Amino acid sequence: MDGDICATATATTPPDSDPTRKRRVHGMLKLYYGLNEEGKTVDQAESMNPCDINGTHFDPEVYLNKLRRECSLGELMDQESCMVKQIRSLDSDMQTLVYENYNKFISATDTIRKMKNDFKKMEDEMDCLSTNMAAITEFSAHISGTLQDQHAQITKLSGVHTLLRKLQFLFELPARLNKCLELQAYSQAVSSHRRARCVLQQYSHMPSFRGIQDDCNAIMDKLAQELRQKFRDGGSSAKDLSECVELLLQLDEPAEELCDKFLIHAQSRLEANLRGLEAELRPPLSSGPTSVIDPSIGPARRLSAAPTAGSPADPTFPGNPFLSPSSRTDILEFIDRGCNEFVSSLCLAIASYQELFVNRPQEGNLASKNIPHMAIGKLHAFVDALATCYFSLVERRIQEEKSVGDNSLLVRALDRFHRRLQAVAKLLPGSAVPSQGTEIVVRAARERIKQYLAALQSFYLDSLRDVRQALAAPRLGGSSAGGGSHLAGPATGKDAPASLPELLSSLSASILNQIKSVLASVHLFTAKDITFSNKPYFKGEFCSQGVRESLVVNFIKFVCQSSRQFCESAGDRGGSTPPALLLLLSRLCLNYETSTITYILTLTDEQFLVQHRSPVTAVAALCGEAREAAQKLLNHYVKVQGLIISQMLRKSVETRDWVNTIEPRNVRAVMKRVVEDTTSIDVQVGLLYEEGVRKAHSSDSSKRTFSVYSGSRQQTRYAPSYTPSAAMDTNLLSNIQKLFSERIDIFSPVEFNKVSVLTGIIKISLKTFLECVRLRTFGRYGLQQIQVDCNYLQMYLWRFVSDENLVHFLLDEIVGSTAHRCLDPAPMEQSVIEVICERG
Amino acid sequence: MEDDAPVIYGLEFQARALTSQTAESDAIRFLVGTQSLKFDNQIHIIDFDDENNIISKSVLQHQAGEIWHISASPADKAVLATCYNKTSESRVVTCGAVWRMPPEWESGSHESPDDPHNSHNPQNLELLCHLDNSSHGNASCVLWEPMGDGKHVISLADNHALLWDLTESSTQATISSSATLEGKGQLKFTAGKWSPHHNCTQLATANDTAIRGWDLRTMSQIYCIENAHGQLVRDLDFNPNKQYYLASCGDDCKVKFWDVRNINEPVKNLEEHSHWVWSVRYNHSHDQLVLTGSSDSRVILSNMVSISSEPFGHLVDDDDLSDGEDNHQDEKTKEPLQDSIISTYEEHEDSVYAVEWSSADPWLFASLSYDGRLVINRVPRALKYHILL
Repeated sequence: MDGDICATATATTPPDSDPTRKRRVHGMLKLYYGLNEEGKTVDQAESMNPCDINGTHFDPEVYLNKLRRECSLGELMDQESCMVKQIRSLDSDMQTLVYENYNKFISATDTIRKMKNDFKKMEDEMDCLSTNMAAITEFSAHISGTLQDQHAQITKLSGVHTLLRKLQFLFELPARLNKCLELQAYSQAVSSHRRARCVLQQYSHMPSFRGIQDDCNAIMDKLAQELRQKFRDGGSSAKDLSECVELLLQLDEPAEELCDKFLIHAQSRLEANLRGLEAELRPPLSSGPTSVIDPSIGPARRLSAAPTAGSPADPTFPGNPFLSPSSRTDILEFIDRGCNEFVSSLCLAIASYQELFVNRPQEGNLASKNIPHMAIGKLHAFVDALATCYFSLVERRIQEEKSVGDNSLLVRALDRFHRRLQAVAKLLPGSAVPSQGTEIVVRAARERIKQYLAALQSFYLDSLRDVRQALAAPRLGGSSAGGGSHLAGPATGKDAPASLPELLSSLSASILNQIKSVLASVHLFTAKDITFSNKPYFKGEFCSQGVRESLVVNFIKFVCQSSRQFCESAGDRGGSTPPALLLLLSRLCLNYETSTITYILTLTDEQFLVQHRSPVTAVAALCGEAREAAQKLLNHYVKVQGLIISQMLRKSVETRDWVNTIEPRNVRAVMKRVVEDTTSIDVQVGLLYEEGVRKAHSSDSSKRTFSVYSGSRQQTRYAPSYTPSAAMDTNLLSNIQKLFSERIDIFSPVEFNKVSVLTGIIKISLKTFLECVRLRTFGRYGLQQIQVDCNYLQMYLWRFVSDENLVHFLLDEIVGSTAHRCLDPAPMEQSVIEVICERG
Repeated sequence: MEDDAPVIYGLEFQARALTSQTAESDAIRFLVGTQSLKFDNQIHIIDFDDENNIISKSVLQHQAGEIWHISASPADKAVLATCYNKTSESRVVTCGAVWRMPPEWESGSHESPDDPHNSHNPQNLELLCHLDNSSHGNASCVLWEPMGDGKHVISLADNHALLWDLTESSTQATISSSATLEGKGQLKFTAGKWSPHHNCTQLATANDTAIRGWDLRTMSQIYCIENAHGQLVRDLDFNPNKQYYLASCGDDCKVKFWDVRNINEPVKNLEEHSHWVWSVRYNHSHDQLVLTGSSDSRVILSNMVSISSEPFGHLVDDDDLSDGEDNHQDEKTKEPLQDSIISTYEEHEDSVYAVEWSSADPWLFASLSYDGRLVINRVPRALKYHILL
């Protein structure tokens, strides 16, 4: 294939380019000589044709015969001439080639001859060089041998010279050290001394060296003394100090002692800071915690108190707690001062200490003493001790922070406190200080929550007191005004109830606002820009246990509990709680149950993203508690109101001589009072509770007849009194009848609506009336008076209750019992009764 | 363990006064006094045959007036005292008197209660003496000296407590000493109880909301529980086995148990009734059983184990108990003590003003409602065996 391509390439190359033409010529020559494989391939391609004039298998005979057979004469002639032309050109080409090659051969022969001559000359020169070199080697060895001795001497002399210089240095050393001392070039002195020290040590058995050594030591002692003095003075800068320490260390001063000294020095400064801080604090009471620092605090405080001598807190009234000075600065300033003075000094001290003792490059024999380990230990103890003092001061200050007004100040202060301690953490990894600091913050937060809870509770109690006053104030005016009017009716009811809904709404609104503001305040603890807000406590426990449980849930529980207490404490001991307050609280608790608790807890959960990892009080449980409290309060309200009316009725029955009473002319005043009170209770309850369901009224509810004889129940019930012959039968009858009437629970729980409440109160009152009547004996007019009274009650009370039959039933019983307890049961005509009642 | 159904007895008249026949220790017998302004009042003697569950009654006439309180002598079965209303010309006075039942009444008890002859020809009570108190006001109750010889009674009249000596077979009553409650307003004793402890030298009385203790030797006040109840105190009873323990009940629907050594707080509160509690009674033998009756028509039997004299169950004092039973006893002492309501009895239709344990059978009690219905009930058997075993 390759051959093909080459052959075609040669064949098709245009003849106008010179190199190609040359190649073509070469190619042809090659072809001719059969040098190349190309020729073979070409041959192979065309080998079969004996008529190819250029082919290797060309057979002139065949070719000629072929021509003769195929071509005309003319054509043969042309062929012949062409052939001759080609032969001629080929001959000339050959001639040229032969000529060229001959020339080249000639020049090559010349060159070879010339080279032969040149090599001969070079060989001679090389021989000469080798003889010269041999001579030089010989000379050199000779010289070397001569100079040997002198060289040894020179070396020795040079050694002596060095030694002498060293000795000179040693002899000059004391003077030099003295000079250094004078110039305070301590480092130079120390380095000089260090250089000489070993030598002096080694040759100390020689008196002269010993003298030098003693001198040096004396001077160095003095130097060390001076250094120590400088170190102790502490006025010098940190750099000086560190230099000092380094030199002292080099002087083989015990590192421990240095550490101690350094720390003591730092401590004195830090304690001064602490004293300054303590002076800011309220002076501890005599029985209180004693000074954290030392007894010398007294004068210090007095000094710092001097500028504020204008305040009334001065020594003139030392024992008066009222005048005892409150903290002169707010907590932020205090913490600021603590941070700026104490914490920064502490950091500085730590940093330079570490620079000096811990992070120093270890060199020489110092390395073996393991100074850093010892130094770190001391540093930790030092920092811990001071931090403890500092923390106790801070905690005291935080504890003084009782007012819950502005939480942001405290939070900012704590934040700063915590943030600055991070610097200590960075400087001193592994120290307990930052975690202690965090604990203080956590404690402060806990304390804060407690304070807020207390504040909420006292706020709630204060609100209740306000409500109580608001209830009491108009009530006095109202009752005195309403006392004289005859059946005032709902319109002219007492003033107090009018404001009940407003009181309720303002009470619940103010409580809610207070909770919200407290939540907002507490929320500051978890704000993003506060450094400690990402601590696990503030992320988890603070939100769930702290805010949600301790604060919100506890407050709600407190509300329920204190409400319940109103029922218990007031119940037996004369009912000091105004009934309106009971009613109001009941409604409040009910509102809490229906909405407020859910709202508050949702709000809390949202604000604090409470994750319920630990079990928390469920909303339902709280609601249940609130409902229970509401129920209890309302029951108690019914009881108290019922008792008030009962007492009136009881007194009115017990104190009258019913046997000798006169014929009734009008309804007794106490009944009017009962109706009045019931009406005003109805108004009061209606302000807070819904109407409730009642059974349909009969068309003439107020016009029911109470007749001793015609009353359906009475006739059978107390029949034995009048028809003794059928005693057993009627007894049986009455019992059978009773089977079908429902038992009335007098002090039964009420529902949360007006009708149920009023029903409860009326039930209690009428039952009391009944029981009292049964304990008395009546004359004729006594019975008639009761008839009139009951009729009057019937006229007005039916409208309040859920089932008017209840009123009928109880009034029936009262009249019946009265008739039974009557010596001369002659009832009044119903028409007369109605006239009397309508007259009022 | 089926409990026996309650036994009900109906009186023709309304009634408030009930007592068990204290001196009778064999037969279960209750005395009921009626209240009627128009007819002669009666004392019904109710005998209960426990085995056959049958009630038999005898009626004695009490013509002096309607009976407000009745109490039986602890010494003589036939003697009893009543407080009754005497109405005379537009004046109503309550008096006290001591009566003797006629000796023949017992013969009538064998007859059928339905026998018309018996109920229509009742015998009269024989008056022994009047506790004449014209100068002291209306008597509210008469108390016999507990476990005494029937020679001493106390009557409470308005604000006086009068100690009477009965002499000459109880036909003569003389005031041996008296105490008067002084104070502003019209003070009136509403109830009282003679303590069986301290040699019967103490008396407890109730007036309004206060409970007072009196020493009968000096007739002076020992203690006073002011505001013992929110409202009127209706009844008192002493724990028969614990000398300082006292139960009270009142219009605040509560029953309270007091240790009179510490009168500031009640030891225990019971708040089960829905209306005034009129009567409270300790069981004579097992003082954890407390019976209360209320005008909510209910009678409630409570088990106040924690403040009883047997806080760890009944102590084994019988010698013939086997070892196995001893072990059982040990187990029982470990059971937690729980005060509980044993049972609520709703057989009454009207207010229950009196409840009383039988003096003969400690597991049986009677309650009386205003409509004249007397109900005899038993302690549930399960509890009875629990206490006994």
